[in-house]
Amino acid sequence: MTPAVEVPVERNYLDAETGIKSWLLTLDHKRIGLLYVASVTVLFFIGGFFALLMRLQLLEPYGWLVGPQIYNKLFTMHGIIMVWFFLIPSIPNTLGNFFIPMMIGAKDVAFPKLNLLSWYIFNLAAFVALYSMIRGGVDTGWTFYTPFSTGFSTTYVSTAALGVFISGFSSILTGLNFIVTIHRMRAPGLTWFRLPLFIWSHYATSIILVLATPVLAITLLMVMVERIFRVGIYDPALGGDPVLFQHMFWFYSHPAVYIMVLPAMAVISELVPTFSRKPLFGYKFVAFASIAIAAIGFLVWGHHMFVAGQSMYSALAFSFLSYLVAVPSAIKVFNWSATMYKGSISWDTPMLYAIGFIGLFTVGGMTGLFLAALGIDVHVTDTYFVIAHFHYIMVGGTVMGYLGGMHYFWPKITGKLYWEPLAKLSALIVFLGFNLTFFPQFILGYMGMPRRYAAYAPEFHMLNVLSTAGASILGVGYVLPLLYLTWSWRYGKPAGPNPWRATGLEWQTPSPPPRENFEETPVVTRGPYDFGGLREELRLG
Amino acid sequence: MADPTALLLREQYNNPVQQRESSTFGMWIFIMTEVMLFGGLFLAFTVYRMKFPESFIVGSGDMSITLGAINTAVLIGSSFTMALAVFSAETGNRRMLSIFLLATMFLGLVFLGIKFTEYYQHYQEHRAPGIWFDYRGPNPGQVEMFFLLYFLMTGLHAVHMFVGEGILTAMLIRNRAGSFSAEYHTPVELTGLYWHFVDIIWVFLFAIFYVEGLHLHKL
Ligand SMILES: [Cu+2]
Repeated sequence: MTPAVEVPVERNYLDAETGIKSWLLTLDHKRIGLLYVASVTVLFFIGGFFALLMRLQLLEPYGWLVGPQIYNKLFTMHGIIMVWFFLIPSIPNTLGNFFIPMMIGAKDVAFPKLNLLSWYIFNLAAFVALYSMIRGGVDTGWTFYTPFSTGFSTTYVSTAALGVFISGFSSILTGLNFIVTIHRMRAPGLTWFRLPLFIWSHYATSIILVLATPVLAITLLMVMVERIFRVGIYDPALGGDPVLFQHMFWFYSHPAVYIMVLPAMAVISELVPTFSRKPLFGYKFVAFASIAIAAIGFLVWGHHMFVAGQSMYSALAFSFLSYLVAVPSAIKVFNWSATMYKGSISWDTPMLYAIGFIGLFTVGGMTGLFLAALGIDVHVTDTYFVIAHFHYIMVGGTVMGYLGGMHYFWPKITGKLYWEPLAKLSALIVFLGFNLTFFPQFILGYMGMPRRYAAYAPEFHMLNVLSTAGASILGVGYVLPLLYLTWSWRYGKPAGPNPWRATGLEWQTPSPPPRENFEETPVVTRGPYDFGGLREELRLG
Repeated sequence: MADPTALLLREQYNNPVQQRESSTFGMWIFIMTEVMLFGGLFLAFTVYRMKFPESFIVGSGDMSITLGAINTAVLIGSSFTMALAVFSAETGNRRMLSIFLLATMFLGLVFLGIKFTEYYQHYQEHRAPGIWFDYRGPNPGQVEMFFLLYFLMTGLHAVHMFVGEGILTAMLIRNRAGSFSAEYHTPVELTGLYWHFVDIIWVFLFAIFYVEGLHLHKL
């Protein structure tokens, strides 16, 4: 027997238990966050693969790769996977799950078992959705518009809708868990206005999750009932009203855009102060802007229906409210910019993503104003202009926020540093690839190229080639982080507790954190971005 | 002797008050999501009620107001026994808690029994939507819409009743095992919240489906 050597074992959450069972039955919010990272990463690349095939198809004006039927299925599956199985859970269920309890000084979320349950439900939902695709796919578009989806489509609509329906329960459980956690689990001294803006933004997200998701559930349930029992809720032939479907669908799906983008804003609100070494400018404005976005976001769904035969007066009201919801978003952009102004900015990878986010989100938001204007909307409805607009929000916004957050929190999650030069390079590749993919689509849409067609007129050829070229560059930019982040988990240099010299509670504990997050419950005595206070503490401690 | 409530404190909480408040708050949020879920159906009902007022009144005339009224009384009675169950839990009276839980379950089952009798009658009268539907009067499609919404909404409500029966059974088993006391009985309180919510939904369903065609009812 070798003599026992005294090795101090740091019992962090990764080493506390080992084995596959310790992961699949874990109640630790940090591990559940990582389980979600694994799930959404797989789904992101599946959804991305469909996008790649679409872009390849559009290399030639009349298409060359697949027929129109297959193309319809490609854009539908790309949409369903990306919206419900990547974008909605991307930041809240991964980084939110991991960091909300840590930022508020709690040991875990309020309901750890529900948290794990939500991951299993999510995977079941993804499995059902993928099953519908393996069996032959769906061709309705991710919006499931009636009466095509209920009366005409011969594809696996009910199965796909069932997948989305099930995923809703996972969303609801997560939202419920976050709201209760943020209300009831805060550390002593952590008042509402000492909360990091990451928390405020996730709080607003959670409100939307619990209030909007049930409406989607019932809407899709009725689609399934209509298809399976051959009855008419939305079918005009049977006295139903297809526009009712659109109202109910967008009552969820517009707020869902904020489910996707508010968590990205949450990440940006952490990155900008940390890498500018300044407290966030206008903290309370940004905090309340999140709540305002959630509240007004529930009142604008009609802007998706300007050409669906709604009355002129409701169109006017929805147009006005859509302008109004841009105000709190603009407040955030101004306040991030004002925080950077005269700050001592360091150009680390997360900050590159943050700046990318601010630029791309602004473009996406401004073109959203074009679409909120009734006259312009009629001109560009169902064209690539709309596609470009919402990809600037969802990919330029949410995915940039997700990657920025991943790079920022990676040292805390794994305790390791990634290789900075390569990370910077791939941030640049993502930014360039993204713009090359989607900027030409604004022009294409303005010129009149309709969305969801497998072929197009020859005069759009040049811009489509550019877009496809951009997509392949973007693909490289997404694969690189997957490789070097995974590599760094094993071979990276140790990060230490606070590599970015950030102020949040999550940085005041070791990396990777212990199972119960903090050795003892922290007592909070200062605001969230108090760099002076942090310097003082580091000097004394 | 160890504090009995400390044994039931889950590790993520600092104290029993925080635990109880979190659970109760979570239940209220869950009820909010349920309101939104049923809200979608109530919206659909409102839209089609405005569109086809005559046919909806005709459809409502086929409801049995007697059975509906009895069922409403049964459910309100079950809310009363549920409230007594919560009261027994608060006062630490385990025997009465079991009795009132059983009474609530019994009334719930009576409700479901009557409900499914009604469903069967509608089926026999060819009022079940889809391939079973057959109506010879004017606007059969509109009358079918009424019955479709009726089956959807009362059916979803019945699903909630079944879930409630399951939760009550679990509460009964836990009470028999001695889990509840005057100090710790949050699950019973939350069951009460859920049960009352499901009852309130029924009151609305009764109003929109049964009362409307009252003057046409066969009593
Ligand atoms: Cu919208």
